[in-house]
Amino acid sequence: MFKFFGVNKLFSITYRFQKYVFFLFVVFLSVRLVEALILSPPDYLQSDSVRIMYVHVPSAWVSLGIFSTIAFLSIGNFIFKNKNFSLIAKSLAPSGLVFNIIALVTGAIWGKPTWGTFWAWDARITSMLILALFYGMYILSWKIFEDKLQVTKITSIIAIIGLVNVPIIKFSVEWWTTLHQPSSVKILSDSAIHSSMILPLFLMTAAFVLFSLLIFLMKYNTELIKIKNKGLERL
Amino acid sequence: MIIDKLLMNGYGIFVWSAFAFTMINFTFLYFVTKFTFEKEKNKFVLKYGSLNPEQSKAAKGQATNREIISGTTVKSKI
Repeated sequence: MFKFFGVNKLFSITYRFQKYVFFLFVVFLSVRLVEALILSPPDYLQSDSVRIMYVHVPSAWVSLGIFSTIAFLSIGNFIFKNKNFSLIAKSLAPSGLVFNIIALVTGAIWGKPTWGTFWAWDARITSMLILALFYGMYILSWKIFEDKLQVTKITSIIAIIGLVNVPIIKFSVEWWTTLHQPSSVKILSDSAIHSSMILPLFLMTAAFVLFSLLIFLMKYNTELIKIKNKGLERL
Repeated sequence: MIIDKLLMNGYGIFVWSAFAFTMINFTFLYFVTKFTFEKEKNKFVLKYGSLNPEQSKAAKGQATNREIISGTTVKSKI
């Protein structure tokens, strides 16, 4: 299985896919934006402000998904000592941080018409802010530390500690009294959102996943070219 | 009708600013990543172009090097 994670093998795949993912993302996002801003119905209670959900919720989901992936890759790196795991994790982090920031800012914008305030030290918002700090520490560590072994260890530890925060974010609305409502989208039971809204929400999430895939491919290929640059110096 | 759609029952300022913030972030991240990618690629192409025949022979033995160089001006070296 790890043969697939070989640097040369992955590069030949990721390098070619980059431009196809870009065009797919642009077309897909354009359709989803029309759907979210024009075609989907307004909410009976929140009116048109509910449209912010189409960028806020997918951003939060994608940033959580990316951080969980980074953490599991870090655990994998500790167990299997595969360098490519840390390279994949490093390439995923920038888009994860950007999605986290988007979730926080669009949440604040949505909070003003809904709760009457841009910010509250609500459990969900605070735990998302902590996630942003973990992302920040993770990315900064790659820039600060020079020694490859040391930086891999430090970033892996940050990601694994940060993983504890992921279930806290998920269950914060159930464990504490917060401004956020309990989960409206459920996997195992019926969701509290009408299908006319949940479908565009899932499709927008797919568009955001495509964007994170695009950024990942570009970042991963950049990292591989950096390695190859060092290889040419040694010739 | 278009004005009504833009105003969104008074929530337009919130909705449009949320979507604008998202799109600005996407564009910014895309171009920063693309710029870094192109910079590293150009660095590689420059280094590859300055290799002597022996080093070039060793370098072209690697599939990844050939992939990076494909579609650039140093392709002829391969």
